[in-house]
Amino acid sequence: MAKQRMKFTFPTELIKEPVIWRLGRDFELVTNIRRADVTDDRGWVVLELDGEMDEIERGVRWVVDQGVRVDPVAGDIVEG
Amino acid sequence: MSFARNLRCRECGRVYPTDPMHVCEFCFGPLEMFYDYDALRRTLTRERIERGPPTMWRYADLLPADADSAVDIGTGMTPLLRASRLGRELGLERLYVKNDCQNPTWSFKDRVVSVAVTKAREFEYDTLACASTGNLANSVAAHAARAGMKAMVFIPADLEVGKIVGSAVYGPTLVAVDGSYDEVNRLCSELSDKYPWAFVNINMRPYYAEGSKTLAFEVCEQLGWQAPDHCLVPLASGSLYTKIYKGLKELAWLGLVEWRATRMSGAQALGCSPIVEAWERQSFDIKPQKPSTIAKSLAIGNPADGYYALKIMSQSGGHGVAVTDDEVVEGIKLLAQTEGIFAETAGGVVVAGLKRLARQGKIGPEELVVAFITGAGLKTQEAVAPALEPSLSVQPTMASFEDALSERTGALPATK
Repeated sequence: MAKQRMKFTFPTELIKEPVIWRLGRDFELVTNIRRADVTDDRGWVVLELDGEMDEIERGVRWVVDQGVRVDPVAGDIVEG
Repeated sequence: MSFARNLRCRECGRVYPTDPMHVCEFCFGPLEMFYDYDALRRTLTRERIERGPPTMWRYADLLPADADSAVDIGTGMTPLLRASRLGRELGLERLYVKNDCQNPTWSFKDRVVSVAVTKAREFEYDTLACASTGNLANSVAAHAARAGMKAMVFIPADLEVGKIVGSAVYGPTLVAVDGSYDEVNRLCSELSDKYPWAFVNINMRPYYAEGSKTLAFEVCEQLGWQAPDHCLVPLASGSLYTKIYKGLKELAWLGLVEWRATRMSGAQALGCSPIVEAWERQSFDIKPQKPSTIAKSLAIGNPADGYYALKIMSQSGGHGVAVTDDEVVEGIKLLAQTEGIFAETAGGVVVAGLKRLARQGKIGPEELVVAFITGAGLKTQEAVAPALEPSLSVQPTMASFEDALSERTGALPATK
């Protein structure tokens, strides 16, 4: 089992979609929200995903495909 | 000796021991280094600092590691030059340039990596790691060699060969990742969770970032123990900018300089300017961007410290400025042709930003301004080469030379 801490950033059109609920329902993952800031036109959620590494990667790919930006909690790691 | 006491969450304030960790276990907020400032106030003097080594480690009391154990390849105490010719061009009477091109791997990254590798060795890691397209990779590879540690350096698969040499020569394991920028980010985050490596800007980040404070310390010492009125700093993750401000505040708290309410301005390239874009919207909400600029050393689309940088910009009365790639090239040339300093693209961003802010009256002509030039131009020659005048091609005869020169300049110089 693995745990991954991530930041999801939602575009306006996905604010009302239950993306995190579906991630927990459709994949073998436990989602654990730690911090969030959501308004009517944008939002971000810092959360932990708990599950097998393959399943985390599959779930994250699905989230990205929905149009959500997924980043490490530390922000961009690749530096100049 | 180090007066480092604990790590604190920048969001919820929870306190942690000085372990290799970077986010709060409760809210996943970033952790920040705190020191015993009361003890520092009793111990630290200008004279104590001046007796230290001629490197950044003269400020070890304000870093999270001891100078005796430092992995030091001679970083810091880079020149602070009075830039009179550039200042005249821009209408700034008291302009200084902090030339951090002169570090051992030719960028300010040596400051942060020196602290990170020192802590990594203290934590008994045997491997240093990073993901980088340039300056950071060079510095991590060099410091790992000096420390006798292994280095894992992750680079994008499409990185030019010339950029790899400056890292490969030190003997790291170079891993070219065939994926998008975001995928490389996520992979490195997963790797840092799985492998017992000191990832300099992930699990070492609270320590790593502290190294940037030494730029502020040096500037104040080199100005005769006074703080500048205004700083202009290149913005990538925002870490350098926030730590320069922290350094200025620490010196003032400790009574080593008088507090001057230094204004902190930051510059980005327009093609990757998430912090300045938020600044212009008067918002603290950073919208991540896909970078598209020649200023690759600043190309961080989702800056970890962007929010904190915006808070300082707002509180200090500074400004955010974003410049085009053409302005970046002109900035590189202007600095080179007025002060003899060949900076990489980040330096071009700073000089172009300085020009814009001065013209708009956002930097006063009488202010004591310090522009931070953070990396050397030989690393990014391709950015500026097409904009330079080609050399004169002549035959080895006086006539050929004089023909070519008069064609170029319109006249020949006076003879003896």
